Amino acid sequence: MPGRIVRWIDRDPTFAKAVVEFAGVSRDVHMACVPDATVGQYVIVHAGIAICVLDESEAHKTLAAFKMLEEVDDEIPQ
Amino acid sequence: MKYLSEFRNVSAAKILVQQIRDRATRRWVLMDVCGGQTHSLVRYGIEQELEEHVDLIHGPGCPVCVTSTELIDFAVSLSLQPDTIVASFGDMIRVPGSRDSLMQARSRGGNVKIVYSPVDAVLIAAKNPQSQIVFFAVGFETTAPATAIAILQAAKLGLQNFSVLPAHVRVLPAMQTIMEMPGNRVEAFLAAGHVCSVTGFAQYEPFVSNYKVPVVVTGFEPVDLLGGILRCVEMLEQGICAVDNRYGRSVCRAGNESAQAIINRVYMVDDRDWRGFGTISGGGYRLRSEFANFDAAKRFERCVQTVAVESLCRGGDVMSGRIKPKQCPAFGVGCTPESPMGAPMVSSEGACAAYYRFDPLQLEKPR
Ligand code: SF4
Repeated sequence: MPGRIVRWIDRDPTFAKAVVEFAGVSRDVHMACVPDATVGQYVIVHAGIAICVLDESEAHKTLAAFKMLEEVDDEIPQ
Repeated sequence: MKYLSEFRNVSAAKILVQQIRDRATRRWVLMDVCGGQTHSLVRYGIEQELEEHVDLIHGPGCPVCVTSTELIDFAVSLSLQPDTIVASFGDMIRVPGSRDSLMQARSRGGNVKIVYSPVDAVLIAAKNPQSQIVFFAVGFETTAPATAIAILQAAKLGLQNFSVLPAHVRVLPAMQTIMEMPGNRVEAFLAAGHVCSVTGFAQYEPFVSNYKVPVVVTGFEPVDLLGGILRCVEMLEQGICAVDNRYGRSVCRAGNESAQAIINRVYMVDDRDWRGFGTISGGGYRLRSEFANFDAAKRFERCVQTVAVESLCRGGDVMSGRIKPKQCPAFGVGCTPESPMGAPMVSSEGACAAYYRFDPLQLEKPR
């Protein structure tokens, strides 16, 4: 589940840590693998470590493709 | 939930199912390579919905399931040593070795702790200077950065009582092994999304051209998986062999280069024994010599003998896609999550556990 970065706690390359919120629940997450992530971005967390920053523009592209699917489906006579 | 529920959109899923049915001119064989994907495919009934058009088989997507019996026996013996604590993930402690699981060892006085993250094991070491803390490091490339960070933290803190038992495995060599198995039926792969978040997908390009098999990187939600299956079917129908990424929000071609740098700083690629597969060349990681003092296999003497036990478990066949869980004669009869005969029924990422949990009703004929 992607979580949103609320604030950075530590920027040390080995001990990097941030507060990340998942569906309203906050947790401390290790951030050494995503050193350039910024507050407000979403990260995927695995075994307590953020492994990537979610690319929001790609997420919206995929969602827009679903929308198009539905619109095309509406035009096809059933 | 943001970026989650949107990818469970029912009407998009229905349209994708129909498109897959419309495009498939024959029943194609697709393998997923991630336990999380296996669970979603079974849980959301995707496999049943597409039954006539796509044969979805499940690969070695559970790192806990492929951890060798010898390593589990070693971890068990360490947990029974005085002033030694073995820490690992919850699933790992339930997997049987040749005699006991770590959980059984705990009931015999073994010191075993479940942790959520390898860095939690570093904290335990810092708080218990009188004990040796051994983290049993299982997982794919997704988990390897977490263990590498734990080792870097322990090194920076100068901890002398922290080590790891390396059991990390690499996905791509296992996919190569499956393609070379006699009787292999895989025609396309759904690649493991979060492994690719770390490694990227460029690594699949030579694999695809060598084995002429399409690979599509997918996520875990129903619409992600259906989009991945549709793309596999389209490529197969058109005779295209390529790598395609359908999980762009989490995966890019190069992957997470910071995470790769952390793995490469601490680990080297090495051969590894896979339960049910044998030794896979380049199938795992070992610690670099610079970090050898954090290697529990070197720090502690391996004073345990693994005993060969006859088992009816067909976990190796399940994890190489040769049979589906319900085709194992023991499924749901001698083997249940309460009394598992093999790792794929124990682990929450195991294929047998997925079927037992979400699709236990009709049993298929054993093969
Ligand atoms: S059902 Fe049980 S015995 Fe059969 S393969 Fe799965 S784990 Fe092994």
